[in-house]
Amino acid sequence: MQGLGVWRTLESLPGLSGVNQLRTGEAYAVDSPSLATALVAGPSQAGEWIAFVGVSDLGLEAAAQFGIDLERTVVVPHPGDLWLSVTAGLLDVATVVVVKPPVPVTAQQAERLKSRLRLKDAALLCLGEWPRSDATLTITASSWHGLGRGHGRLRARRVVVSIREGGPARQVSLWLPGVDQQIAECDHEVVPLGVAQAG
Amino acid sequence: MTVVKPPDQRNISIISDERSGSMTRQMVVWCPDWPVVATAAELGLSTQLPLAVFERGEVFACSAMARVEGVRRGMRRRDASARCPELTVLERNEGSEIRTFESVLSAIEEISAGVSPVRPGLCALRVPSRFYGGEREAAAVVAEHLVGAGVWDFRIGIADGIFAAEHAARRAAPQDCWIIPSGGSATFLSVLSIGVLENADPASCERQHCASSSQELVTLLRRLGIRSLGDFAALATRDVLTRFGREGALLHRRARGLDERPVVSRRPPLDMDQRVSFAPALETVEPIVFSTRLTAEKLVAELAHHGLVCTEIRIEVVTEGGWTGSRVWAHSRWFAASDLIDRIYWQLQGDPAPEPVCELRLIPESVESLADHGEGLWGSALNDHVERGIARLQGMLGPEEVLAPSLQGGRSPRDRQLLSPWGERRASQRNPTLPWPGSIPPPAPARVFSTPIPSVVLNEDRRSVSVTARGLITAAPAFIGIGEGAELILVDAWAGPWPIDELWWDRDQARQVARFQITGVDGSAWLFVVENDQWWTEARYD
Repeated sequence: MQGLGVWRTLESLPGLSGVNQLRTGEAYAVDSPSLATALVAGPSQAGEWIAFVGVSDLGLEAAAQFGIDLERTVVVPHPGDLWLSVTAGLLDVATVVVVKPPVPVTAQQAERLKSRLRLKDAALLCLGEWPRSDATLTITASSWHGLGRGHGRLRARRVVVSIREGGPARQVSLWLPGVDQQIAECDHEVVPLGVAQAG
Repeated sequence: MTVVKPPDQRNISIISDERSGSMTRQMVVWCPDWPVVATAAELGLSTQLPLAVFERGEVFACSAMARVEGVRRGMRRRDASARCPELTVLERNEGSEIRTFESVLSAIEEISAGVSPVRPGLCALRVPSRFYGGEREAAAVVAEHLVGAGVWDFRIGIADGIFAAEHAARRAAPQDCWIIPSGGSATFLSVLSIGVLENADPASCERQHCASSSQELVTLLRRLGIRSLGDFAALATRDVLTRFGREGALLHRRARGLDERPVVSRRPPLDMDQRVSFAPALETVEPIVFSTRLTAEKLVAELAHHGLVCTEIRIEVVTEGGWTGSRVWAHSRWFAASDLIDRIYWQLQGDPAPEPVCELRLIPESVESLADHGEGLWGSALNDHVERGIARLQGMLGPEEVLAPSLQGGRSPRDRQLLSPWGERRASQRNPTLPWPGSIPPPAPARVFSTPIPSVVLNEDRRSVSVTARGLITAAPAFIGIGEGAELILVDAWAGPWPIDELWWDRDQARQVARFQITGVDGSAWLFVVENDQWWTEARYD
């Protein structure tokens, strides 16, 4: 059964389709918790199980607002030294596992987990570095809208995500989230009026 | 809203079935103000105090003392406290009412079979008169037994029907009984006011709906000039049915002293508890678990024999010295014997007994019908592999480490989320759909620190910024530092203070805090909280 070479594309949120499509059997490196939760929200809404390993400071409300179904979510916040076996075990349960390793991952560990990903038809997101990941997503610029000097509140955030999938990096500009709490791609420089005034 | 239903066959049978002569005698045991008694017992309060149980902001029941002060059912909280300032306000807990009434039921069941609970505080039984040599004697035996069981305030009524017996009980003195002779129910009831029908709860329809429709009917009858039950009973049955429908006919039947409902005795609950005693007491976990294996299998088999499965179980560990460890475990499907063994193992590991264990009890907390949980035609539930995988992880890490996330109500981001051990009953949750004034509007922070990080917020001159008692800020924040000795970040924008005077009525838990949102020039955004001039970072918008 090992190494069937069969993979499937997982659902993604409409706003994130231009960023990256998660595929089972692949491992990704992401540097921002918001981006990671937004990426797994798509599969979660489509009915898949999601697991978080080692993410001790996960904001559950933010996860729910991005669209993660908490009913189908498993959290192991403190796996300690067992993080690798816990991650491997959770691949039986969940289709997407978000892991934050407490120590740098060696190439050998990554390779072993990768073969398990293919076997279990699951995907892995690493918050941090992952050796030879299928895609690396980093937030290169981030700016918040809605907050003034003593007034307003955080309303929307614009980020530039840089995606490296083997070839040269490409950049996508995103609302993460926008004023309407939705994630959307922004391809023009127009800031919504409400935000411009509040900022 | 009035629902007029066409008279069906059942109605006709109710009307035509005039078997007043052959009615069995009913005994009703009524415990006045049961919601108050039950809630007070749960909280350890004396019922001699002025107490009132509230439901949806209105008095649902009150103690005799409160009634003397003028508190009445249906009163608003403010009015009730105005009448009686020292009133203790209790929230209604229907579960505890039913639970506590269980002790009354089992006390009566010890001397007479076939007790039928009508509602918490009221139960009916057939008068065991022949055995005890008369109705008054039977009532005396029941009364004596109840007092022996620690129930003090109750009254007993005996009549032809439950309705009449209930009103007879209302007339009796405490711990005494009032007997209406056979065939005298109609005469007894005829002098009562028509208003007593309002609180009647016929078992034949949903209580909520019926309460409102009987209320409507009573108002209508009053306006028609019918003041007593006797007047109502004098109306012709057929006319009542055609004019007031089925519910009206049922109430008419009651007014004539005929009950529409026979006493259906409850079946005493099955005793499914299992216990294993160890002599000599055992110290290590493995032999305890090993010796419990057979009992766990027996429990599951016995439940299955009755067509039941256990979805929630309490495991109690008793040691030689009297120490008791108790914990409730839930299962998303139902417990098989091996699952029970796992839970026992986890409990003994996670909460080790300080002394050798001499007894272990398995108490099913909630059992459900196997029919609701059976495997489908095309195989078992979809999430079977999830349960198995998680059970394996819990075995590896301990049950406390694999968590199920959920949201709850609260003000700080940390209060608004809840991580509970997978498969365990969740602790009391605050309702997340309530408004929770003072909570931060969305977007929510993506990182919520489990313990807030001590931080510094400085002004232009690098002095600490503080918030005055009036909720004003002394200077605009210019630098922030997250954690002890961390590098300072230049502030780009900020908002606050958003003061919260939380739980000010509770001296131990009261907190006066103010929250700030601050963004740095590097694009990072943080949620700060300041309490007594100490700044903390609660969350990061990452």
